Amino acid sequence: MSALLRALMALLRRDLLLAMRRRQDALVVLGFFVVVVSLFPLGVGPDPQLLRSMAPGVLWVSALLATMLSLERLFADDFRDGSLEQLLLTPQPLPLLVLMKILAHWLVTGLPLVLISPLLGMQLNLDGTEIAVLMMALLLGTPILSLVGAIGAGLTLGLRGGGVLISLLILPLYVPALIMGAGAVDAVMYGSSPDAHLSLLAALLIFTLLLAPWAIAAALRIMLD
Amino acid sequence: MAQPRVQWFKFSSPPNFYDLSGRLIPWFGGLAAILCVAGLYVGFVVAPPDYQQGDSYRIMFIHVPAAWMSMFLYVLMAVYAAIGLIWRVKTAEVMAKAIAPTGALFAFLCLWTGALWGKPTWGTYWVWDARLTSQLILLFLYLGYMALHGAIEDRQRAANASAVLALAGVVNVPIIYFSVVWWNTLHQGASITVTSAPTMETVMFVALMLMTFACWMYAIAVVLWRARLELLERERRAKWVLERMGGKA
Repeated sequence: MSALLRALMALLRRDLLLAMRRRQDALVVLGFFVVVVSLFPLGVGPDPQLLRSMAPGVLWVSALLATMLSLERLFADDFRDGSLEQLLLTPQPLPLLVLMKILAHWLVTGLPLVLISPLLGMQLNLDGTEIAVLMMALLLGTPILSLVGAIGAGLTLGLRGGGVLISLLILPLYVPALIMGAGAVDAVMYGSSPDAHLSLLAALLIFTLLLAPWAIAAALRIMLD
Repeated sequence: MAQPRVQWFKFSSPPNFYDLSGRLIPWFGGLAAILCVAGLYVGFVVAPPDYQQGDSYRIMFIHVPAAWMSMFLYVLMAVYAAIGLIWRVKTAEVMAKAIAPTGALFAFLCLWTGALWGKPTWGTYWVWDARLTSQLILLFLYLGYMALHGAIEDRQRAANASAVLALAGVVNVPIIYFSVVWWNTLHQGASITVTSAPTMETVMFVALMLMTFACWMYAIAVVLWRARLELLERERRAKWVLERMGGKA
């Protein structure tokens, strides 16, 4: 058991270290998120009321697209230098190893989105409680995006134009997270409780956490066969 | 003396599947044509106009079967994909691939006829109704499946990878459906309900059933046909293909 834990921690440390060495990859995703959200007012006009009512959707769709962008990188580098193959050969269960990789990915790309969202929320005229709910929803939702997205990243491993293909495969599967996440902020905006949305989002996270690693592991085994 | 049991698994071997489906396709195709003509006749000539919607309701006779087929075919595709993935049955893999375009066609047909029906009835081609939205997402799922299958060159790998996608999709379909329904009831946009339709007359019901079976027969015939061609292509170096194509081994 401790050998397993050691292996998992080593993998997590390695992935985080690699991410720290290439800080730009994570920063680009964050920059994309900020730029896309900032472009919306230029497209729809500066009316504060309109921006406020659009804010949950805009922030969530932008977070979705930003995650999408980062997914291509998730397994690609390890695939190219052969370390992914080594990972498949280890005696440790692959779903757990994959889960660690996704945790590292989320810490590097998902968590920064959550942390910067208050700033963008203020830009779009959200008030204090709404921003708190937005952060909570993103905190529960971005891991779902990483987990489901990793299935797509696994399935498109080594394909030409994999990045575009991932979006076609995965974006339809993001619909529930988008609805619950944006719905939570909407609910508090119209004076009702966001609890139902947040609970469903949490349930979805648990469900995804349970099933996605197996699907990802299967996808990796197929594509590296 | 005990009767010899039917060897169902026999038909999962490519040559047997090829021969059997070759014999069955004309029957299913013929039935589809007959049922379609009968259904259209009952639907357009015998059935009376609706007292609320006039004649525009008649598009339902193709719209409703298309919606049913698109949903059912997705589940069927996932079942075949799972069989192919777990037991490595080549015929099942081929069937899963063959179902996808027909399913996508029905999903598209459902959306298209729905839009044409919506214009005279609701006054708009498109509303963000829960059913329309989830049907649209179903079409996207079909397109994603086909895109992934097409993007991977190795046939075996393509079959396995898209099988994983089909299974991930089928687990998600109910979640997507309920979240969309919930989203729709919260957003109270265009509050049009399709569910509170008046009870149907028997003639209309008969026409609908005829068309549903016509769609079934059509889907079976086309899917088997596509699966046959795919099998031939996959097994083009196998002896049974050369025998049937009159080539030399």
